[in-house]
Amino acid sequence: MNSRDIVLSRIRRALADVPRDGGPEETHVPRDYWQRHAVRNDAQRIDLLAENLSDYRAVVHRCASTELPVVIGRLLRDRGARRVVAPWAVPDGWLPGDVERVADSAGQSPRDLDAVDSVVTGCAVAVAETGTIVLDAGEDQGRRRISLVPDHHICVVHAPSQVVDSVPQALSRLDPARPQTWISGPSATSDIELDRVEGVHGPRRLDVVISSPGAG
Amino acid sequence: MSGTYLGMPSFPRAAADSTRDMRLRGNLRHATHTIRAKRAQAVEELGDWAELREAGAALKERTLRHLDHYLEQLEAAVTAAGGVVHWAADADDANRIVTELVRETGESEVVKVKSMATQEIGLNEALAKAGISAYETDLAELIVQLGDDLPSHILVPAIHRNRDQIRDIFRKQMGSWGRAAPEGLSDDPAELAEAARLHLREKFLSAKVGISGANFMVAETGTLVVVESEGNGRMCLTLPETLISVVGIEKLVPTWQDLEVFLQTLPRSSTAERMNPYTSTWTGTTDDDGPSAFHLVLLDNGRTDALADTVGRQALRCIRCSACLNVCPVYERAGGHAYGSPYPGPIGAILTPQLRGVQSDLDASLPYASSLCGACYEVCPVAIDIPEVLVHLRERVVEGGTAVVRGQKTKIKPAKGHAAERALMRAARWAFDHPRAMRAGQRLAARGRRFTPRRLPVTAAGKAWSASRDLPRPAPQSFRDWWRHTRRDGGGSDAPRTGKESAE
Ligand code: SF4
Repeated sequence: MNSRDIVLSRIRRALADVPRDGGPEETHVPRDYWQRHAVRNDAQRIDLLAENLSDYRAVVHRCASTELPVVIGRLLRDRGARRVVAPWAVPDGWLPGDVERVADSAGQSPRDLDAVDSVVTGCAVAVAETGTIVLDAGEDQGRRRISLVPDHHICVVHAPSQVVDSVPQALSRLDPARPQTWISGPSATSDIELDRVEGVHGPRRLDVVISSPGAG
Repeated sequence: MSGTYLGMPSFPRAAADSTRDMRLRGNLRHATHTIRAKRAQAVEELGDWAELREAGAALKERTLRHLDHYLEQLEAAVTAAGGVVHWAADADDANRIVTELVRETGESEVVKVKSMATQEIGLNEALAKAGISAYETDLAELIVQLGDDLPSHILVPAIHRNRDQIRDIFRKQMGSWGRAAPEGLSDDPAELAEAARLHLREKFLSAKVGISGANFMVAETGTLVVVESEGNGRMCLTLPETLISVVGIEKLVPTWQDLEVFLQTLPRSSTAERMNPYTSTWTGTTDDDGPSAFHLVLLDNGRTDALADTVGRQALRCIRCSACLNVCPVYERAGGHAYGSPYPGPIGAILTPQLRGVQSDLDASLPYASSLCGACYEVCPVAIDIPEVLVHLRERVVEGGTAVVRGQKTKIKPAKGHAAERALMRAARWAFDHPRAMRAGQRLAARGRRFTPRRLPVTAAGKAWSASRDLPRPAPQSFRDWWRHTRRDGGGSDAPRTGKESAE
């Protein structure tokens, strides 16, 4: 017998007490938990997102979509960023003319990315109740590694359409076949005497720009 | 202490050593109390915590009761998504598979993200024998590895080290593993984290093979989930060309949507956060994004033995949040190392003897590493009735009986007259000689208790024990007789206690 057969037959023997004909449904799963923890309008949901993101030390900015180039430009200048990686669907207009735009490409090595100052992406969905942005490798988000290796990440959230209340709502919007990264604040560790230290391996600075439709 | 669990003394001896270690006790106390308070707050924020707990327990129970079905579903989904699934009946099997896979890549270095399953099987040692260096990349694991030490807590494995010790370890050891610690490194946590960042970045950027565990596997879609804080997980999961994930067969959940329960309960119960900084999900391989080869090694290694025990089975629901450690008065005094396995605290006391069989002194004594105060059960996000399993395992130790060991029905000899008996007596005595530990546990409130133990009035018995400080003597009474007797004397009530919430 190979290991697969061994393990599966051990399992079947171990479960002799379980009625087999009903299938998994024989075990009832009560789902009395809530789909969200409050009823909110768009403004309340966006406020909560901003509040929870800041609580975990992401830096939150809010602007009208027409102001995105100004806000992103300022954030990059403040960091002194010269080389910025952005997936192809990030509009050229978002990046200031004086930074070098680095494409997100298959041939890029991790070392190439390590030499980049900042990354600008969109997101797939943002979760207000937990202060989470989810990237799913969509065309304005790119490969997983580009939001990981550079030390500075600017993530644009389109509100209100991309903002949901809760984790259950986020999951039902997302496609598990796509690789995902759920980000709630910059990376952190509490491993040294439980002192929280931000930014161990991921970007140490996370700017989230919540953009609403229309002019500012 | 050297980096192995083999030859560990039985629980009471190890516990006595660590209770004398004031630094360890101080650190542990600070850690458990800090996390405990924060956690209560994070849990309170969710008005439907009890319902999430109930759903989480039921989902895991459903998965376990139909594990063969879900594993086959998972295998098909992972394979369809470009991954390769391997099955490992035991530790040797798993180590051989992983070693072979690494060899095939021609690499002699791998980067690892914290995984209790790989600690359990001793993968690093197995790889080292094959000439392959495995680099631990979690900050705490790095501290443990550089210090040639063992982890002491699931969540903060280096909690037994103070910052000045960490600085010394970094200064002395980093250079021989790769990039040395910066000149004049201080013991400021931010500086220490920066040193680790620089040291490990070199490894990440050049790594060709990554090894991980997983917090969850979704049967329906073949998706794996890793929940983490530091970002080293993302590095290991996305930068290498080959990814090997070693995952216990019990880590399954049926559907993608089911994650909605655990992605809410795990971070809050574990790090007391609304959400942990990073969660990665992946399904097989993705063209031009992340590793081009993905191997999933499904690990049994005693899990099916636990599955065969209808009382002990519930231990396999565990999502490794470590909440039960932080409320355990015995863990707080004894320290993580005393449990002699990667799984310390209350969960270790019920999981380790089941995974390994209760035949060694250590494993026989583990079910006694508890005052049965019930605090672990109250906090468990998947409602594992740890006291119930402890009592069940004690009974097996004392009275013997049949259990499944490595898939074979095996007669377990009663501990009476064996070395194991002395070990368990010492363990029991250790717990009873620390009445403060027991009282502290009992004062934890029984708030929001939705699941009452099905079989045993644990709380009443616990009260009787601490009042009399009587030893549970295996002879001349059998444990079961003793238990019944105590129950009667203790009033036999299984009504929840009305203790008031207190920090200690
Ligand atoms: S037994 Fe429960 S509380 Fe303890 S680590 Fe496992 S899931 Fe968490």
